[in-house]
This record gives sequence, C-alpha cells and structure tokens, in this order.
Amino acid sequence: MGGTVSANHDGTNLLEVRGLTKIFGTLTACDHIDLNIAKGEIHALLGENGAGKSTLVKMLFGSLEPNSGEIFWNGQAVRITSPGAAKKLGIGMVFQHFSLFEALTAAENIALSLDDGSPISSIAAKARALSFSYGLPLDPESLVGDLSVGERQRIEIIRCLLQTPQLIILDEPTSVLTPQEADKLFETLERLRSEGKSILYISHRLEEVKRICDRATVLRHGKVVGHCNPREETAASLARMMVGNEVQAVERAPVEGIETAPSLLEIRNLSRKPATPFSIALKNISLDVRAGEVIGIAGVAGNGQGEFFESVSGEVQQHDAASVRIRGKNAGGLTITGRRLLGAAFVPEERLGHGAAPRMKLSENLLLSRHATDGKAFVGTGGMVKGAAVYAASQRIIEAMDVRKSAPDPEAAALSGGNLQKFIVGRELDRRPSVMVVNQPTWGVDAGAAAHIRQALIELSRSGSAVLVISQDLDELFEISDAIAVMHNGELSRPMPIAEATFEKVGLLMGGAEPGHAEHTLETA
Amino acid sequence: MDITVNILLTIATAATPLLIAAIGELVVERSGVLNLGVEGMMIMGAVAGFGAGYLTGSPWIGLLAAIAMGALFSLLFAVMTLSLATNQVATGLSLTLLGLGLSGMMGTSFVGQPGVRLPNLDIPGLSSIPIVGKLIFGQDPIFYISIALTAAVTWFLFKTRTGLTLRSIGDSHTSAHALGIKVIRYRYLAVIFGGACAGLAGGHLSLVYTPQWVENMSAGRGWIALALVVFASWRPWRVLAGAYIFGAVWIGQLHAQAFGIPVPSQMLSSLPYLATVVVLVLISRNKRLTMMNTPASLGQPFVPDR
Repeated sequence: MGGTVSANHDGTNLLEVRGLTKIFGTLTACDHIDLNIAKGEIHALLGENGAGKSTLVKMLFGSLEPNSGEIFWNGQAVRITSPGAAKKLGIGMVFQHFSLFEALTAAENIALSLDDGSPISSIAAKARALSFSYGLPLDPESLVGDLSVGERQRIEIIRCLLQTPQLIILDEPTSVLTPQEADKLFETLERLRSEGKSILYISHRLEEVKRICDRATVLRHGKVVGHCNPREETAASLARMMVGNEVQAVERAPVEGIETAPSLLEIRNLSRKPATPFSIALKNISLDVRAGEVIGIAGVAGNGQGEFFESVSGEVQQHDAASVRIRGKNAGGLTITGRRLLGAAFVPEERLGHGAAPRMKLSENLLLSRHATDGKAFVGTGGMVKGAAVYAASQRIIEAMDVRKSAPDPEAAALSGGNLQKFIVGRELDRRPSVMVVNQPTWGVDAGAAAHIRQALIELSRSGSAVLVISQDLDELFEISDAIAVMHNGELSRPMPIAEATFEKVGLLMGGAEPGHAEHTLETA
Repeated sequence: MDITVNILLTIATAATPLLIAAIGELVVERSGVLNLGVEGMMIMGAVAGFGAGYLTGSPWIGLLAAIAMGALFSLLFAVMTLSLATNQVATGLSLTLLGLGLSGMMGTSFVGQPGVRLPNLDIPGLSSIPIVGKLIFGQDPIFYISIALTAAVTWFLFKTRTGLTLRSIGDSHTSAHALGIKVIRYRYLAVIFGGACAGLAGGHLSLVYTPQWVENMSAGRGWIALALVVFASWRPWRVLAGAYIFGAVWIGQLHAQAFGIPVPSQMLSSLPYLATVVVLVLISRNKRLTMMNTPASLGQPFVPDR
C-alpha cells in the first residue's frame, strides 16, 4: 500500500477515483469526480449528454490524461497513460462508437487488441469457443463490414473478454440492440458479475439500469451529484437526479379519423440497389404518412434506414419518379431542394456534415438549407443575401428551441451535439413543413432537449403535417408515434397502430421474424 | 532471338524504378498516409546516388546514398504531416517541388560528368544460358531487389501481425488509437520506408538506367508510381503487373516510333498511360475487393485528443 496516499482502502474496491478533473479550454468536463467500483458489481454511470461520462471513461481507459486527481487500482495509486496501460492493469472497454475495422475479419480485429503474437487461427478458435460459451455465437472468419451492429458488438465484447479484464467498461451498449439482443447481453453481464468481474455500465436508459445495476453514480455538468441504489429508485427519481429538475413528459393526444386524412407522403414500391458492398438494398418499400399522424420506423442500425432516408430526402434520386410522392406530386426524380419546394423538410442522422456544415455559422447553415424555399425572405434582388433577415430568423429558432451557445452566432461545430440537433430540427420546424422526415431525432441529445424535440414533432403533426421518424430508440418511438413500422434488411413491415404495438412484437420484427402481423393493420392504400 | 531478349531486358529496366517507388508508396498509403512527394524523393535519390557514386567511384555507395537521401527527405514530410498534422496533399506537393528544385541545384556540377553503373549480375555458367540466362541471372541488382521487395511486402502486409496492425491503422486510425496502437510511430516508419524505396528507385535511374545526372531525370515517374498504387487497388502483385504493362508498352511504342509507324508520335507516347489505366481498371472491377483493400483513412491527419 502506498502509505500516505489514502487511508480508507478496505480491499473490496477494485477501482477508486479521487478528485479526477479534466479541463478543456474554459470548460471543466469533469470536476473533482469521486467514484468507487467494488469487486463483482455492476456499477451504473448515469448522466445526460455532456455531463462528463465519456470524458471520465476516457481517462479511466487512458485515452485522455486528467489535469488532476488520483486513480487507485486494487488500492495502489496508478497513472493510466494509454489504452495499452489500461489493458495491462485489467481494464477492458466496449465502445459506444465501435472501434472495429470494417475491412478486416472478426478474428483479425480481435488479434489486433491482443499483444501475445499468437497466430490468427488459434485466436479465431479461442474466440469461437468463448463466444459459444457465453451464448454470443460469432463467426471469426466473417468480414466486419458485412455484420449487423449487434454482431459487431459481440466482437467487441468477445475481444474485451479475451483480454481477461477485471473491470469492463460498457458505453451505451444497448442503444444499438433489439430488446431481445439486450436481454442476451444482460445475461452475459450477470454471468460476468457472478465470475467476480466488475462492470462499469454507462447508459441513459433508466429501466435497464434499474434492472441490472447494483449501484449508480450520477453526474451532472461534470460533477457527481449523487450515489444511489437504482433498484430502490424509480425511473422518474433517477431522471430527476440526472437532469436536476423534472423532465416534462411528452403528451400525445390520440388522433381521430386518420384513415380519411389525405396522405401527404406516399412511398410506392421503392427499391434501391446497394450503393457500396457494405450497404443494404431497399426492397419494395411502400408506406403512407397521412396529415396529422406521426409514423415511426424502428429497426436495428444498419438495416437500410440510412439508405431509405437518402432516397426519401432526395440525397439520392430514384429512376421511378412515382416511388416517392409528396403532397400528391411525383418527387422521386427531384433533388432535396425540389422536394423541399413541395413542402417537405428533412433532418438527417449525421448532424455535422449532413445536417450542418461544421465550420459555418448557424445563420449561414440556416441560409444553406432554406435559400430556395424562403428565397423571398432571405435573398434579395440580384442574389444578394439579406444578412439581417437570416440572422433574425436564426435567432428566432435559437430562442424557440432553447439552443444553448457560447456566442451570438457560433459555428455549428462549436455547439454540443444536443444543442446543434435542437437548432437543426428547429430550422426545419420553423418552416411549418407539411411533410417532415427525421432520422434519429434525439440521438445523443439529453433528456430535457429530447422531450422538447419530441413534443415539437407531435405538435407539428397535430397541426396537419405528416411526420415520419426513423429511430433506433424504441422508447422514443412508443412515446411519439401513432403507428410503428419496422425495417429489417431493407424491407419495411406494415405499420402497426400504436395501440396494438408492444416492445415484444416490434423487437421480434427488428430481429427479422416473419411479419405475420399484417392482418391486424388498417392499411388503406 | 537476341532482339527479343534485349527488348525484355529493357522492359524490366523501365519497369523496375516504377515498381520500387510504387511498392514503397503502397506501404505508406496502407498506413493511411498519402505522400504525393514520390517524384521529389525519387529525384533527390537520383542526385544523391549519382553524386556519391561519382565522388567515391563506387556505385554501391551511390546506391546507399540514394536510399538514405530518400528516407531523409521523407522524414521532412513525416515531421510535417504526422507531428505537425499539416495537410498531406499540400505537403506532398511541396515536397515534390522542393525536391525538383533542390536536386537541380545540388547537381549543377554533375551535369555532363561520366557516372558509374551498377554491374549486372554475372554468374559463371548460369548467366550464359541462352535466352533465360540473361533474363534470370544477368540483370542489374536492383531488378532482383524489386522482385524480392514485392514478395516481402506482400508477406509482411498479409501474413504478419505487424502488417495487420499497419493495415488496421489505414482502415481507421481512431479505432487503432483506441486499441492502444501507436498510430504515429507506425506511420513514421511507413513513410520513411516509402521514402527509402523512392530514393532507391531514383538511384536506379542515375546508377543503372542512364548512369549520368540530368536535371529532372525522374521525368514524372513518381507520379506514375502514385497512380499505379491506386489503380492496383493497393495490392503489391497488381502493382508489379501495372509497372510491367507500363514498361512494356513504353518500350513498344519507342520501337514503333523508331520503325516509323504512321501514327503521330504524341499518340504513341500516350499509349503506356492509357494501356496501364485500362488494364488495371479492368482487373479492379470487383468492387467488394476494392473496398476491402482501400485504406479508409487515407489522407486524413490524425490528432489524438489528450
């Protein structure tokens, strides 16, 4: 023991963190964080986006260096200077954004993280054996680029387990899984706990934290605001700790007589060949989104949602102009601008690069997406930009959506993900579009802001617009949708009215079960 | 018969510098770095090789000097793009411009001087076997190095753990960093290897191909090597095929011009480029294989957050 360093090591804590602080410029991302993880426990790390969870975890895994503070491993003070050093101590990590190499096989990916130099064939055999013993079957010869997100996560987990870590850090592991796959993961985690391993579980899904975690540490604005036993809390009380005040529940008034409302977005037999060897073909997709309703599209990431969004938004145009119809007009051959002029609005999944140009100001980003539809308001005679009008409009959106920022008109990249998303969604809502298509509306957005965005989408639909939401977050879809369709391997199931939909039914479809539910639905094409 | 052998020998001599420079650049690009300075490193290798050979009288010392100069020159690129994270395209272009200018200045006193040539391999008995003797046992040493290099790089990239690590860095440097792989260190070594190869290719020009110093004698070969790497979809044996197709059509059109074939010489001169592109495009039709072999992080500067 290190004598003077710290007094209260009773030998049960695997990891102790004292006063860990990380400062980026003027922002204190982690402010004197204390954290204890006991041997054989599943410890939840809760917090909204930007609360400092990722920064803390990166310091524990050696990819960021703390400005101050101490880390004790089995009672010994340690400095974790690199991911390699963390691995040597016995810390393994399963990343949120997978750290896999798409062009390599599963076995090669696993070999890269092991330093023992054993031949790939023996690593493949070991990985196969381990994966079957944990009930996470895996073909080591398969190319990662061909695998589903759930399968990729298995590789990450197996890779981590092969390093025989004492502490496993999982960063938002279930955000990409079907409910059934998540159940499987929880079984694995419980088995690991029974083997005496410790798990640091990062999530914002409170129900699953209540279900599997023994203790929880809650972060807010970079500070620890509380420790608790999640089993004794309610989801609402946990949310209150995370956010600091009540999160407003989203309200969705039921809609009447939707069958007779006009269909504002019609998709007819939309098919598309895969654009790259790693992308999905779209197979004969048909869907109606009527005025006044929100349709949700569920699905595990990488089942064609991205391709579908590109085709609907006009990022990729179709040969068959009638495959996408907006407000009764053929739009399949139109560009994004053409479709916008018909009254549609689109929010892509990727905020930086698709939703906004990172190095341009918010007002400039507003002009970029709306110069055609709002030509009269924003562009004057001779193509001169009306700077003041654009600026005023961007300030109006910032106020309406409660976008928090450091400067009056900052660059898009300077905003946090959640705040930028609020601006992008607000930019489209501000037009009052009659068709709104959103891909992952609240991905990486904190609970308060997510509720705000969801409520705004419902209100848009209730004012007579057709809203289509693609999301991996089932909680979100159940909260806002009037009907849910499921995308699997490029095919779309028929929408299930929300009254009939259950997590189980949707989860089975996400996993690729035969869509035998169709007879219940009221499709009136 | 002798004419055929001689033609084949000249093809090999024309293809060798392209092959060596391209194999070096292939390793660099597999690590995710795009070094457009091949032409500059090559010409620096040529002037250093000629100079050292001329001053010491030993072509072997010239050869070592060429390799060392190429490596040293690439180190400049590595420091700029890897440690200082400058734009790789701009830095590579300026490396080429710098190399062309600097070599011209360094070589002013070498112009018109007689050079030394690396002797061809001569194995008593074997080298005098008709036809195959000269082709297999009687070429210049760099020819053998180039073939061995192609085989060694193939083995390294696809059979060794270090090669796998290098490829993984080229696929995603952020993922590699997250695994604890020393991205910058690997890239430094790859860039320096590429520089050494480009220097060796330059040395071939001034110590074997035409043993003398002429300003700008690399004559765009660095650019051809760069193109070969891409068209060969980053696979060593395809680079070899491309280099030899280019060499063959190059020599063929020279002979055609000499025979006075009634086709404008400009058309003939463009043939090697056209033929190489067409053939390599045809063999890389398999999109899936191309995707798998393309280094996805090519040209992106890597700045780890600390």
